[in-house]
Amino acid sequence: MKQFLDFEKPIFELKDKITELKQMAEDSELDLAEDIHRLETRLVNLEENIYQHLSAWDRVQIARHPERPTALDYIDHLFTDFIELHGDRLFRDDPAIITGIASYKGQPVTVIAQQRGKNTKENIYRNFASAHPEGYRKALRQMKLAEKFNRPIISFIDTKGAHPGKGAEERGQGEAIARNLKEMAQLRVPSLSIVIGEGGSGGALGIGLTDQIYMLENSIYSVISPEGAASILWKDATKAKEAAQSLKLNAKDLKQLDIIDDIIPEPKGGAHRDFQMQAAYLDVHIKKSIKYLQSLPLEQLIERRWQKYKKIGEIQN
Amino acid sequence: MPLKRIFKNKRKYAALPTEKAKQDIPEGLVEKCQQCSKIFYEKEWKNNLHVCPSCGTHHKMTARERIASLIDEGSFQEWDAELKTTNPLNFPEYEQKLIQDQEKTGLNDAIVTGRGKINKNDVVLVVMDPFFRMASMGGVVGEKIARALERAKDSQLPVIIFTASGGARMQEGMISLMQMAKTAMAVDRFDQAGGCLIVVMTNPTTGGVTASFASIGDYHFAEPNALIGFAGRRIIEQTIREKLPDDFQTAEFQLEQGQIDRIVKRSELKQLLTTVLDLHTVGGDHS
Repeated sequence: MKQFLDFEKPIFELKDKITELKQMAEDSELDLAEDIHRLETRLVNLEENIYQHLSAWDRVQIARHPERPTALDYIDHLFTDFIELHGDRLFRDDPAIITGIASYKGQPVTVIAQQRGKNTKENIYRNFASAHPEGYRKALRQMKLAEKFNRPIISFIDTKGAHPGKGAEERGQGEAIARNLKEMAQLRVPSLSIVIGEGGSGGALGIGLTDQIYMLENSIYSVISPEGAASILWKDATKAKEAAQSLKLNAKDLKQLDIIDDIIPEPKGGAHRDFQMQAAYLDVHIKKSIKYLQSLPLEQLIERRWQKYKKIGEIQN
Repeated sequence: MPLKRIFKNKRKYAALPTEKAKQDIPEGLVEKCQQCSKIFYEKEWKNNLHVCPSCGTHHKMTARERIASLIDEGSFQEWDAELKTTNPLNFPEYEQKLIQDQEKTGLNDAIVTGRGKINKNDVVLVVMDPFFRMASMGGVVGEKIARALERAKDSQLPVIIFTASGGARMQEGMISLMQMAKTAMAVDRFDQAGGCLIVVMTNPTTGGVTASFASIGDYHFAEPNALIGFAGRRIIEQTIREKLPDDFQTAEFQLEQGQIDRIVKRSELKQLLTTVLDLHTVGGDHS
């Protein structure tokens, strides 16, 4: 597997050069300290320059990185006593969505997550985290349980979208997502969703109508994939780069548009470069969100939720 | 087929307009059925509510035509007609497209809302217009639906939504996606307050509209052969690598799958809606 993304190439070339130089210094006992130091300074600047100026498309690539940590990585790391609970009680268990209960710093929580696979076999099993209606209905069942037992809900969003398939349509994919939106509107418990990779349209929103929405710095959340937008608008999927820019699907843009509540920083180069650090950042933010949402009186929480979504796209006249 | 019926059928569409009718209809104003390719005078076409007099295909209607076909004359009071999008993402070429469709339809966006009477029943009507950006849902569409539902809740009126949509409006990005949340929440608030929501799905009802307010009404009706579904046919075929049957995602298919309550012909729609509205009024005064 390729170690770096295209835009990172200069960084890795320079890193290779430094390693080479260090090796040479060791082997030949030449004093290259000054040269090495100069290159290392240049590396710091180069990294700064590249990672501070990522284009929308660069971030799309980071969000889709095959080594990017998945929901289960975070669940295992951040929660204790996670118990996965299966099935929608209507049709079957959908492995694209994981649901369960766990303890978060002593607080019982309900966890809902779109789960990508780490390799082809896993991805086939998990249908690349693209859920069928039964996945959304399983999530809904768990959300209702969370409400019954007064547990906050934490959703991890990471999907290209709801599965476009025959059975999914036959079983009411649209209805399943719509039903979740309607039910999530009135859940009498706090809820937080975190986009950890790709937030693909209605399929993401189906578990994402929450009191707060957080996004990892390099994750994306979009109404349509950049490729899809490019092929519809310009009949040219290769214009995905431009589409990514125009769709404003980055965390920073969406924070500016007041659609998401906060951005969770990522380690330099993306979450996959330092999982421990990433999980620690996530931890801080989840703690902050739960604490804040739990401090709100219930009626205020539900009214706040309505106001939050009501004002998106509100037109003043 | 008995010989008599053949003649009868034939006469139905072969009849030439009388001399007087010819004078009434300006020459050249004809409509061609895209399904059976037969040609009709526009007046006949419109009198038949854009349903082909020959093959029965239900063709698209503008929002204004739909409203006129249902509402007691002079009773419609439009809401929020002036709302216009501001191209919130500065999306390239979006403004030109909007202006084009505004000129074409005379609407500011893809939906008309307001209150009126259907055979004396007070209702709130929410009608999407498939001729404006394929009635895709952006900020204005979501906002007008939410406002209409809130007003209906406050004045305790039933709501009838006519859906027709290509889905979310791409050029408004996440603002469009979040209209799914907003409209579904507005439906929920209306529902919690005991409001009656009738959804009539017309051709096409797809994507983010199917996956939000369209699928969570109290009664779901659909026009014959309307395309109703979440994902697009082409995308599904590419994903599963097989060809889908012709009737896939039609109203008839959705009825069979248990996703809608009834299919209703346009000619019978007003009567059905009246009956349903009447059934929700009778007995409502017992307290």
